[in-house]
Amino acid sequence: MTTTQHRAEAKAAVRKPEPRPSARERGTRLLAALFLAPTVIGVLVFTVVPIAGSVVLSFFHWNVIDSPTFAGTDNYRAAFTDDTVLVSFSNTLVFMFFAVALQLLLALVLALALDNRLPGWLRSTFRSAFFFPLVLSAASISVVMKYLFNQEFGVINWLLGHVGIDPVPWLTSEDSAMAAVVLVYVWQQFGFSFLLFVGGLNNIPKEIHEAASLDGATGIRKHLAITLPLLSPTLLVASVVGIINALQVFEQPYVLTDGGPGDSTRTVVMVIYQSAFEQLRFGEASAVGVLLFALILAVTALQFRLSRRFVHYQ
Amino acid sequence: MIPVNRMTYGLSSWARIAGLGVVALLTLGPVIWTVSTSLRAPAESFDLPPQIIPSAPTTEAYSQVFAQIDVWLFALNSTLVTALIAVGQMITAGLAGYAFARLEFRFKKPLFGLVLATMMVPLQVTIVPVFLILKSMGLTDTLLGLIIPAWPTAFGTFLMRQYFLGMPKDLGEAAMIDGAGPWRIFRSVYAPLAAPGLAIVGVLAFNYHWNEFFRPLILETSTDNFTLPLGLVSLQGNLGTGSVSVVLAGVVLSMIPAIAVFAVGQRPLREGITSAGVNR
Repeated sequence: MTTTQHRAEAKAAVRKPEPRPSARERGTRLLAALFLAPTVIGVLVFTVVPIAGSVVLSFFHWNVIDSPTFAGTDNYRAAFTDDTVLVSFSNTLVFMFFAVALQLLLALVLALALDNRLPGWLRSTFRSAFFFPLVLSAASISVVMKYLFNQEFGVINWLLGHVGIDPVPWLTSEDSAMAAVVLVYVWQQFGFSFLLFVGGLNNIPKEIHEAASLDGATGIRKHLAITLPLLSPTLLVASVVGIINALQVFEQPYVLTDGGPGDSTRTVVMVIYQSAFEQLRFGEASAVGVLLFALILAVTALQFRLSRRFVHYQ
Repeated sequence: MIPVNRMTYGLSSWARIAGLGVVALLTLGPVIWTVSTSLRAPAESFDLPPQIIPSAPTTEAYSQVFAQIDVWLFALNSTLVTALIAVGQMITAGLAGYAFARLEFRFKKPLFGLVLATMMVPLQVTIVPVFLILKSMGLTDTLLGLIIPAWPTAFGTFLMRQYFLGMPKDLGEAAMIDGAGPWRIFRSVYAPLAAPGLAIVGVLAFNYHWNEFFRPLILETSTDNFTLPLGLVSLQGNLGTGSVSVVLAGVVLSMIPAIAVFAVGQRPLREGITSAGVNR
């Protein structure tokens, strides 16, 4: 036998494993199955099956007590004609727009202001302060804010009085209730986008800034021309997550205004909650839920589409 | 050039620090107000001006909270639910994350895709069927009904997968050459290194579920099964706007564990929150 033959045989032996899986491979597969079982079974039972269930339920009338009756597209037609449902969608979109815009703007300005020319202890103090509200419960914060926004006795109107602004009927007027809900939400949430931006800014190589400074770019012009395009992947993430979260707003309007006055702060999730668990109209609630899911998917898809044009990856 | 830059920056950086300080004050203001008002006498708690340091501090509001609602029971419920969810998520995410990162098996990619896709699904879309499933299992209005559905965690699984992928592959290969089986490699080589990743999963789970409101509101109907956020909102309902300081004392009590986690685990919390966004 020549050496080449030897080599060829050795190669063939390496290339072709025995047809039956080895004990090791079987062991690996068994271990994988055991390790994955809790997560995969859990995801199937508590997410995949319920999504299918929601879609099915949305074509039925059901109040849990009587047996369900087929409803065709009644629930969807009702959703598109019911004033409360319609207004809840427009409220949610208005809320989303202002909440996300404010949250991103505030977070961006703060993250840019907190650059490394500030002493380290000051940066970490500010960073902790901005991110602190995130660890609190939205429900109990809303309880607190309800007192602060009180028209007669609230601290906010008291402070505004000092700069000559008349008491605002924050939570009791259809014109201002949504503004209060947005402010409370942004107060708690801007820290999330802030943390993302701080992380994103840290990833921009220092040399780029130095080069820009040498070329004479300073201040806002430098940020607009250089920082923002480089930060655009982070901006995309922050806005996608911000929008998805804002579309699901519930605790703040539930505690602050209970959807009122009138329907002025009623959001989609409040409608889902109320029609399912207060009025036992599970079919209608499911139809609204499916519509909300569709809206979230559509907004996310749109955003990624737009981003292909505007986001610069390094 | 550098000194000139520094000088021009002197003034504007003071303005910047002042601006940041104002925002920080507005951010922490409501929290400071909550703590100081909870220490005022219930009768005068809504009086203006607000006092940062109460003129006559008293813990009367705190004793009233304990008299009005069963704080100990709600705190016990919250602790049980949160701790069991956090531990459960660390186990499920640790195991599944390891399998996706380091084990070879069929359908790995589609399974991972399936788990990841569930991150996109809002809770409210699935809540009605989840409620019905739990009802058929007899788990509505029980703490287990809150705990079990929260065990599978797509985000935690993703995070742990990344974490295990970041560990050097040579370690496992060396152990394999020494004759260790797949379980031994996991148990003695990789699992001991996973603690920091698991800490992120645990801290995030604790923070989220300690504050959770929507699921308890729907699942828990009897007061005995209330968690703290539910108890607090009901405390406000019982009392109307009469004694603000009592409600605020309740809020402060419920914040303590969250603040403790913030103080001890700020780093894993921050890393978790940031990666929650960046890896989406």
